[in-house]
Amino acid sequence: MLLITCPHCGPRPESEFTFGGQSHIQRPTLNEQVDDAQWGEYLFFRDNPRGNHAECWRHTYGCSEWFNLVRHTVTHQIEAVYTMDAPRPEGAHS
Amino acid sequence: MSGYRLKPPYGSAINRQQVVEFSFNGKTYQGLAGDTLASALLANGVRHVGRSYKLHRPRGIFTCGAEEPTGLLEVGTGSTHTPNTRATDVALSAGMVARSGNCWPSLGFDVAAVNDKFSGLLPAGFYYKTFIWPSWHLFEPSIRRMAAGSHAPDVVDSDRYDSVSWDTDVVVVGAGPSGQAVARAAADGGARVILITAGALPDDTPLQHARITVLKRTTAVGYYDHHLVTAVEVTPSQSVARERLHKIRARSVVLATGCFERPMVFPDNDRPGVMLATAVLRYATQYGVACGRRVVVSAASDHAYLVAARLHQLGMEVQAVVDRRARVSQTVLASLPQGIRVMRDAAIVQVHGAKSVSSVTIFEAGKGRQRLDADLVCSAGGATPNVNLFSQAGGSLRWLDESAMFIPDRRPAGVAVVGSCAGVFDAETAIEHATAIGSAAAIGNERMSAIPTPEKIGIGIVLADNRPHADWLPSRPGKAFVDLQHDVAASDIELAARENYRSVEHLKRYTTTGMGTDQGKTSNINALVQMGIATGRAPDAVGTTKFRPPYKPVTLGLLAAGRSGLRLRPSKRLPAHDWHLAHGAVMEEFGVWQRPAYYPQPGESMEQSARREVRAVRNQVGIFDGSPLGKIEVHGPDAAAFLDWMYLGTMSTLKVGQGRYGAMLTETGILMDDGIVVRLADDHFWVNASSGGADRVAFHMEDWLQRDLQNLRVSVTPVTAQWGNLTLAGPKAWEVLKVAGFPQMLAPDAMAHMTARDITWSGIPVKVLRASFNGELGYELNVPARYTRHLYERIWQAGQAFGITMYGVEALQVMRVEKGYIHVGTDSDGASYPDDVGLIRGPIKKASDFVGRRSLSLPVATDTSRQQLVGLIPVDRRSHIVVGAHITDASPPSLSQGFVTSSCFSEALGHPIALARLSKGRSRIGEHIKVFNMDTWVEAEVVPLPFLDPKGERLHAR
Repeated sequence: MLLITCPHCGPRPESEFTFGGQSHIQRPTLNEQVDDAQWGEYLFFRDNPRGNHAECWRHTYGCSEWFNLVRHTVTHQIEAVYTMDAPRPEGAHS
Repeated sequence: MSGYRLKPPYGSAINRQQVVEFSFNGKTYQGLAGDTLASALLANGVRHVGRSYKLHRPRGIFTCGAEEPTGLLEVGTGSTHTPNTRATDVALSAGMVARSGNCWPSLGFDVAAVNDKFSGLLPAGFYYKTFIWPSWHLFEPSIRRMAAGSHAPDVVDSDRYDSVSWDTDVVVVGAGPSGQAVARAAADGGARVILITAGALPDDTPLQHARITVLKRTTAVGYYDHHLVTAVEVTPSQSVARERLHKIRARSVVLATGCFERPMVFPDNDRPGVMLATAVLRYATQYGVACGRRVVVSAASDHAYLVAARLHQLGMEVQAVVDRRARVSQTVLASLPQGIRVMRDAAIVQVHGAKSVSSVTIFEAGKGRQRLDADLVCSAGGATPNVNLFSQAGGSLRWLDESAMFIPDRRPAGVAVVGSCAGVFDAETAIEHATAIGSAAAIGNERMSAIPTPEKIGIGIVLADNRPHADWLPSRPGKAFVDLQHDVAASDIELAARENYRSVEHLKRYTTTGMGTDQGKTSNINALVQMGIATGRAPDAVGTTKFRPPYKPVTLGLLAAGRSGLRLRPSKRLPAHDWHLAHGAVMEEFGVWQRPAYYPQPGESMEQSARREVRAVRNQVGIFDGSPLGKIEVHGPDAAAFLDWMYLGTMSTLKVGQGRYGAMLTETGILMDDGIVVRLADDHFWVNASSGGADRVAFHMEDWLQRDLQNLRVSVTPVTAQWGNLTLAGPKAWEVLKVAGFPQMLAPDAMAHMTARDITWSGIPVKVLRASFNGELGYELNVPARYTRHLYERIWQAGQAFGITMYGVEALQVMRVEKGYIHVGTDSDGASYPDDVGLIRGPIKKASDFVGRRSLSLPVATDTSRQQLVGLIPVDRRSHIVVGAHITDASPPSLSQGFVTSSCFSEALGHPIALARLSKGRSRIGEHIKVFNMDTWVEAEVVPLPFLDPKGERLHAR
């Protein structure tokens, strides 16, 4: 039961949030020529680090806003919380 | 019969003035307020309380706490019936009814006790090798009945449960001397403290402190991420809630959880009357109960001598201390009073007494066998630190050879251990350490983790292996048990080793040791030691399994904490709910909504009612409540562009007042929802979603706006509950509206199908959409929810002259199937592309990108053998086609070419019809196929959709 600090609402229990998967995934645009394998990579392939993972969460039972955080996948320590439009903070990489 | 109540002053927890009556196996007994069910039974001389799980051997009460492996009873009856409950963990209450489980016909004469005679055929893992031929299914029912233990209650739990959330600085688990020291020091240092204790602290406890909250009768059961500790409180018997679940979020967690006593392993060590030594002492001091009169102490640790001395003081006849160790320190020996024999390098090799200990045979090295009368054997094999929560928190353990125990090693950040569970047994050292931990906890976790655990243990030498020497045993020795709850003997551990189940994880699962409700609290160490001996490894090389929550069994009702029935899944009601009931609606649950399924007239069945309702709609006019249909307002300068992203079709080309059907896809191209999108203004759209998908679609839109489309200036507002809906459908629909006072601009010759108008009627704002899900002239009237009932009353009244009829979901289903209109999730599923259900005709004309676009050109989406939606009509014009039936050529096993998704009897056509997904269906129109269901075949013709009014003349009526 993680304690997640929503940037807008403060620390709230994990049950108020919805997990959204890996952050900073670039969607190929219509004009880009992506073959089926590349499109499949975008759809389904995700990092699986033993360490820091940048991921997005939505505060579903709160403000309904999306935000990013960096969580260590072994200790579950949350290293950083930042807004949807911000880049991944330095020092919070794997 | 040898347990009895001691005279005062013994019994710190009981109230001798208050007698409590209870029954056990139909017989009435008397206990005292403050007793547990176990202490009351023991005080009455009852010691045989049950039968073991596999071998049905007589079992008694073994411990004095939550770690009890054998004293499991059925407590309560009817809706308060709790099976397999530890008698040691149940507070005695007036009128309590308890029974033995796992025995038939009675505790004294249990037919299944014959299992014990055949125990050679029932070792660990017997079911992998025996009772298999000719088919294990033959034996399964009897084996399950034998192992049943007890039966589950068949009535709903009538008790109430509560849940409380806490936020604090330091949570301390355990209120022994170390736990109290931590709490005081932390509170003195300014921290808010919650102290959890399973017992009730005495009133004169020096723990009155403004910053300490004490939770009594509370057991911590789980540790979760970021220091969330859950604890179960058993409330006093007259409380409104039976139990309370505490969810405590803390900055620091300090565990002062103490130790369990480790049992001695000797033949027949499971006989009623064999109990843990410290438990016997606690029954005496805390409950004033002597568990027997003539005692033999079986020992491999110094602690046994302290217990022996105390029991002697209390007036019990301590015959001997049978110490497996060859050497015992002089100080320890000197602590024993005169008259108690000490036998060193000795062990019990036989226990006599069929259902209760009556005497024991002891073998002493160099002296041989001797028999001693005894009705109570105290087992004192050492201490096992209670590291359950510590292990849950991810802490690691290390083995101490000379004390034969695992103690906490590496602590997770923010978690500390103090007292005997940390391996600190010396009282002074423990308090000093605990105080330091408490003060540090008040400052912060870094400071707390810098404090080392004292090295000094203070428990003396403890033997790891305390079994008698093999040479000492009689020719056919009894079973020496390791796990009392699951009937796992030392011989089973050896068997596992022989069969190569050597790792601790295999050992656990092959023998089932440690897998009972006690999670191996009194058996794990003995099992690891025995496996180590059998495979030539030290216990820590065998390893430990991870403890998992809950620490002890938890009532399911407590975890629900009141969220059951309607409070688990609240259902939503329509704004005009009462009006529908008043008109005879039969309500059913559709998703979370309570909706009218049909409106039967007296004597009508559902089918008859639905048919009548359909006839009324197609011939005159009907009213339907479409309030659950999803409604979302999309505003903003980029609203049109945004909707082009969200849908397969193009919404930006809609004119104001125009509506268009929209199919919504996931990024993988799968059809996820559909609905009509209406343009209200340049920058304002009214989006419909399916009733079941309303919330999901709104979140889907938000997800895209906030993550990938951050540059678009759009706001998405779900308004499903804000607007009530009345859907009027049928050839006379406009006539009814006219009589009700609606303006001429809504007339079918003035308002085209799939257009919308915002009007004011009777002072109420009404959003009108001319649309239809049943193929007739239709109007969807949306009003602010509080006006819905008024609207229904006015329309109902106006429609009387036209034979207006209420119709429900059942009737609607028939009509939409006749028109071939899909229901997403029924006629399509999680693998359906829009073309499968006929939503794409030709190449995509839209120039801009949309969610799922790229996926539509993947090979799987363009595969020409994909299943396509078609209509089916039974060739005999009579047979009903069952939903889910497969279209195939031969009896199974055979290849399926598709299956039936929707089916009904068409009132308009006079015969059954169905929708089905069929491989290459659209190119097989006219073909006769076979539908297979449960050994029956229906021959059907593949037909195009819709079944009714293909040109849409009724729909576009002017």
